[in-house]
Amino acid sequence: MDFSIITSNIDVYLEGMKNTLILVSISLVIGLLLAVPLAVLRVVGNSFVQIPIRIFVYFFRGTPLLVQMFLVYYGLGQFDFIRESFVWPLFKEAYFCALLTFSLNTCAYTVEILRGSMVATPHGEVEAATAAGMSKFLMLRRIILPSAFRRALPAYSNEIIFMLHGSALASVITIVDITGAARIINSRYYSPYEAFITAALFYMAITFTLVFLIRQLEKKWHAHLQPENQSVVKIEAPHENITG
Amino acid sequence: MFSLHGYGPSIFEGTILTLEVSLASLFIAMLLGMGGALAKVSHSIVLRGLATLYTTVIRGIPDLVLMLLVFFGGQVLVNQLAPMLGYDEYIDINPFIAGVLTIGFIFGAYMTETFRGAILAVNKGQLEAGYAYGMSRVMVFRRILFPQMVRHALPGFGNNWMVLVKTTALVSIIGLDDMVRKASMAAGATRMPFTFYVVVAINFLLITTVSIYLLKYLENRYSLGVRRN
Repeated sequence: MDFSIITSNIDVYLEGMKNTLILVSISLVIGLLLAVPLAVLRVVGNSFVQIPIRIFVYFFRGTPLLVQMFLVYYGLGQFDFIRESFVWPLFKEAYFCALLTFSLNTCAYTVEILRGSMVATPHGEVEAATAAGMSKFLMLRRIILPSAFRRALPAYSNEIIFMLHGSALASVITIVDITGAARIINSRYYSPYEAFITAALFYMAITFTLVFLIRQLEKKWHAHLQPENQSVVKIEAPHENITG
Repeated sequence: MFSLHGYGPSIFEGTILTLEVSLASLFIAMLLGMGGALAKVSHSIVLRGLATLYTTVIRGIPDLVLMLLVFFGGQVLVNQLAPMLGYDEYIDINPFIAGVLTIGFIFGAYMTETFRGAILAVNKGQLEAGYAYGMSRVMVFRRILFPQMVRHALPGFGNNWMVLVKTTALVSIIGLDDMVRKASMAAGATRMPFTFYVVVAINFLLITTVSIYLLKYLENRYSLGVRRN
């Protein structure tokens, strides 16, 4: 193996890493911002609101991310009314399509994670809030959501890693992310080991940095759950149920 | 929009191939998972270390990168080894084998975690009782550990299976004619990409939905002896 190919082309990988990080972070932020109101509506809404959200979640969790991305990037061009509308310049861009697909995908998984943790709110807390005369909205803001976020953190950390790994698919629609960089190097030098092992090392470095950061956050958020005389709680390894 | 222009049978063939890839990968994943789980609960530091390395590395790498590594890397490896064994022609690596091996290898790691949890959930006293009766390790596994760990493993197993089925879509990227690739070909010929990808999406939903019901049935069957509220 000859890793001098990599060192002389490291700029391709760094460009790829930049794109991976941008894609993942923007998708996660948009996905989470959309998921919070949707999860609330999924729990408290009437069935007219609930059914469309259920269908959305069912579709995005039940089909492969690759197929979703193809539907957006290649599929929408089939319709003349989209080709002729003002949004077409956006949908022609691979970058926009990848961002849109990733955001909707992570949103669907996050809705399900948040729904699960909201439903798990202890009854006593809800009753106490009602007895204290809180309105529904205030109860949501002060009681249900904060503890739901805390409970959701382990599953959500899996979702973050899942999104990072899923973002490798962007390379299929011509985007130069880390995987895209590896594919370029492989086709240029015909050196699959060097190219893909380097990509794998980049992803591992990002994954383990993220896992470390999330552990720090968990220590802070779950400080009240830590047993006394023990500064570090052994937290279960993330990514066990990657669908959350 | 929902006329398939004669591509229905082709998509159907692709669906069958998707199922074949899924089941073959599942088989490998279960073997690796069982081995990995037994290694993780074993007394040997070397085995535990190897199993931990395996699951940690797999968690850190995207499935697509691993698949491309196995596919392109395997190609180079095979063609370097073949001349030493006396073959002179260029050998193309079979994408079915590359795909199944990669997916099996990845999900073997997830199965390891699922099975490890299930093994630990079985009451230790029962295993000790088995040994006290003079049963061999194999017999304790077959008669006591395995029948009880199935119940604990099923939820995680089902979850892994459904993620696995969706992951098989990636084999279309390395050139295997699964339903995603069949749909791409049909889409190219008819200029109706949306229609064909929707059909593929519905097929995936069908597979996962049927799986959910089958798994529920199995879970009920294996928890017959457990009281629930």
